[in-house]
Formats: sequence, structure tokens, C-alpha cells
Amino acid sequence: MGVGIKVDKLNAWFGKTQALYDITMDAPANHATAIIGPSGCGKSTFVRCLNRMHETVPDARAAGRVQIGELDVYNGTSAVQIRRRIGMVFQKPNPFPTMSIYDNVAAGLKLNGFHDHKRLDEIVERSLKLSALWDEVKDSLRKKSGASLSGGQQQRLCIARALAVEPQVLLMDEPCSALDPISTGKIEELIFQLKEKFTIVIVTHNMQQASRVAEFTGFFLLGKLIELDKTEKIFTTPSDKRTEDYITGRFG
Amino acid sequence: MPETVTATADFAAAPISLWRRGMNSFATFAAAVSVILVLLPLGAVFGYLVYKGIGSINWAFLTQTPKPVGEAGGGMANAIAGSAFILLIASVIGVPIGIGAGIYLAEYGRNQLGNIIRFTADVLNGVPSIVIGIVAYGIVVLSQGHFSALAGGVALAIMMIPTITRTTEEMLLLVPNAVREAAYGLGVSRWRTTLSITLRTATSGVITGVMLAFARVAGETAPLLFTAFGNQYWNWKINQPTAALSLQIFTYAISPFDEWHRQAWAGALILIVLIVVAVSAVRLVAGRGMLKGAN
Repeated sequence: MGVGIKVDKLNAWFGKTQALYDITMDAPANHATAIIGPSGCGKSTFVRCLNRMHETVPDARAAGRVQIGELDVYNGTSAVQIRRRIGMVFQKPNPFPTMSIYDNVAAGLKLNGFHDHKRLDEIVERSLKLSALWDEVKDSLRKKSGASLSGGQQQRLCIARALAVEPQVLLMDEPCSALDPISTGKIEELIFQLKEKFTIVIVTHNMQQASRVAEFTGFFLLGKLIELDKTEKIFTTPSDKRTEDYITGRFG
Repeated sequence: MPETVTATADFAAAPISLWRRGMNSFATFAAAVSVILVLLPLGAVFGYLVYKGIGSINWAFLTQTPKPVGEAGGGMANAIAGSAFILLIASVIGVPIGIGAGIYLAEYGRNQLGNIIRFTADVLNGVPSIVIGIVAYGIVVLSQGHFSALAGGVALAIMMIPTITRTTEEMLLLVPNAVREAAYGLGVSRWRTTLSITLRTATSGVITGVMLAFARVAGETAPLLFTAFGNQYWNWKINQPTAALSLQIFTYAISPFDEWHRQAWAGALILIVLIVVAVSAVRLVAGRGMLKGAN
């Protein structure tokens, strides 16, 4: 089951440049929340703050309160522990190039010291089925490298890899921007099914995609959250002028 | 813009000028000549070694120790084994330190200390090998009171370290950051990511660096002169003077005896063949188990 995300006064910096200003928002459990906005508005930085990936960049830091279910992200728990509970899918598919398909999916568990082979087999199969890749790769699980798959398959492999550690939340940072329309369609379908089990936050440049997959949409501009509402309302009757300008294509 | 389209079509349809075709052939030819010029010295050296050395290689040469001057026969078996022994010691010391330093430089070394280490490694790479021999003499031989295989191994290890360090660093930096982030995103700690993901992804490059360093020191003579010292008999003790192929070649080559000259040629041939065999074997073993489609 997914858990809700509560963000309160989140600020983030790269060195001396502030990238996020006082972001306060909720993403409800078992729903998809889309984050839209022009390039450089802080969308990616925002999701990277949710699992503390932001601080892996030299000189980057973040302050504020992020609550994922019962977990207080910036208080008391180590970043490594946090990331085990939160799955992340990146913009460009990034399978581990030297690992087989099987090892890619099992990587999160194996590298954290989980070596029960029977359980691993089950988890790998279940994760690949969840990410709708099982039928395409089940005959070459251990023979082929993750890097030998097509771009769309690689991205679904990365989703399977994120799901294998059984996270409660799945963060997706423009997961379809490097994919063709058919692969994009498959991943969107997948997001629909995954909502039953996980809470999803998805960054996207594609407004149609936001309206297709997400119940809620937040609009970011220059590091600030302009508004967050039901997706329908954002795209039909936004309450802020700037949101309207953006979605009608007047800037951005 | 229809004008542009027409212009492109004209451009594509135009015949390729004689000048361009000539330049193309010339560039191809120049590249081919360069390749030959690079391969020629290697081929010449190897060919001459085979010509001079093959006649003296026989079973006795590979299995016996040297005979006293004046007696025919004898071989360099103890020197072949000694070289392997010293190189093993050098690798055991040099490879972990070199790879470890390379990991530090690539993953943590974006700072002043990293710059100092980088500079030091580059300078160390340029230090004449005889000077490194003196250093090992000072550290190991003087403190132990006698020449030893260990001293030779230490000297060669010091020579291997900078090469391994710098190539390891470069190979790790070639691993895209996205791969590291993928591991961080799964909740894998930083040291685990470095060892199991980054280093593993760069394995083939790192091995190339190690083998380059290995091949370079395998034929070194100067740093062994007053460390391993040489030995006319078998030695398997790390604390005793040990024969090495390069030392034996040196001793035989400057001797006044024809029989020894012939053996020196044969020893040089064996040395080159063994280096090629060792490097190829490591590549083969490391290349096995690579997956289809992996780089």
C-alpha cells in the first residue's frame, strides 16, 4: 500500500543559488500527482528532495519538512534508509550495464545484503510482471545485459528494479522523455496500474501526459509552487493567471 | 522554405570534385602509413629476437639453472621463475594501492588533496626507474641488511602505482553519473555503489591499466640491480636475493662469452612472449562472463 506525502516549507539550494522556495503541498496515498512547469523551474529538484537524492550533488542542500507516511525524511533517518523506502525512476533509462536483466532487478536487494535465491526469483518475476516486461524478457533473464534492451524496455526494467525493493512511493522524473510514443503509452498504462499499490509523483513536460495519468497536478514556476489542484481543474479553470498562461502556451 | 530545399538537392546532386576525392584518398593513405610506422618497430624487434634467440631455446633452457662459464648448456629457469615471483609481489602490493588511490581520486578527490595526489602520481610516473631502485634499496635492503625478492617487488610496485592510479581514475570517471544515481536511488550506500557498481562497470578499463603497468615493469632491469640483485640458483624465499630474466639478460649481454650472448637473446625472447601470454590470459579471463550487449 502507498502512503501519503506531506511537504512543509521545503527549500533547496545549489551552492548559493536557491532552487526551491517554501514548497508546501500534499500528495495523497495511492494516487498519481503530476508536477509540471517550464524547464529550470525546480520540478526535478523537488522530487529529488523527496528521497534526498538532491544532496548527492556537491554543494547542494535542502531544508524543510518532508513526511512520507510515518517517515520523517529530513529528521532522524539516514538518507540511505529513506531511499530504500522510496523508488525512483530517472529521465534517461539507466540500467546497470554490466548486469544481466535478472541482476538489474535484484540489484537493490542483493547490494543491501539480501541473498535468499528462492525469494529473489519470486521478487524478480513479480517485479517484471508488474512493470509489464516479463513476457518480453523471461527467456533471457540471465543471458542478456540490461543495456541490450530497447530504450522503452530499459525504462520498464528500471521501473521493475525500483519496484523490487518494495517501496511505498514511486518518484518518476520525466520517465518518458527519452521514449517513443508506443513505449510512452505502455509506461502510462503501467502508471495507472501501479497506483493501486504505490503513491506516485511524476514530473513531466508533457501536459497531455499529466492529464492522462494524474489525479492531481502541481504547477511550478521559478522554484515556487504556484498551485496544486485536481488535474481537471488545473487544465480547465486554473485559479492563477500564470498557470493559465503556461498551459495555454503563452510562455514556457 | 522551398529555396533551401532546392539548394540542398543541387548540392547533393553535384559531382564530388576531383580535389575532394584526392584529399580523401590521401587521408586514408596517410592513416595507413601511420599504422605501418607504428607496427614496424614492434615487428622488427620481435622478428630480430626470434631470429637471434630461437636457436638457444630448448628444454634445458627452460628447466635448468645457469652452468658455470665454459660449460655448455644450462638455462634460465630460475630467472623465469624469479621474474614471475617478483612480479607477483609487485602486483600484490601495487595493484590494490593503485586501484584504491584511483577510486579516491575519481569518487572523492575533487579537492586540494586530490590535486596534490594527482600531481604526485604524474611526477612519480616520470621518475627514472634507477632512482626508484635506490628508494627501494634504502627502504627495504638497508633495513633488512640484505638483497631480496621483496625489495625488487617493492621497487616495481612503486613504478606500477602511478599508472594504475591514473588509469583507474580515468576509467571510473567514464562511468556515467546516471549509473551511480541509479544505485543511490535504490538505497545503496556510497562505498557499496563505488565497489559493486562503479568499479564493476569500469572493470575492463581498469584491467587494461593494470596490465599496462604490469607489462611496463616486467622488463625493468635498473630498479632490480640493487634490490633483487640476481641469483644463479633457485630461490623461493621472499627474503633472499632472487634471479630475474631482465637481470640475467643484462649480466649475460655484457659478458665476453658467445654462449652467454646467445642465451641473453633467448632470454629476451622468452621475456616478451611471457608478457604477451600473461596480458592475453588476464584479458581472456576477465572477458569471460561478460554478458551479451554489455560494453
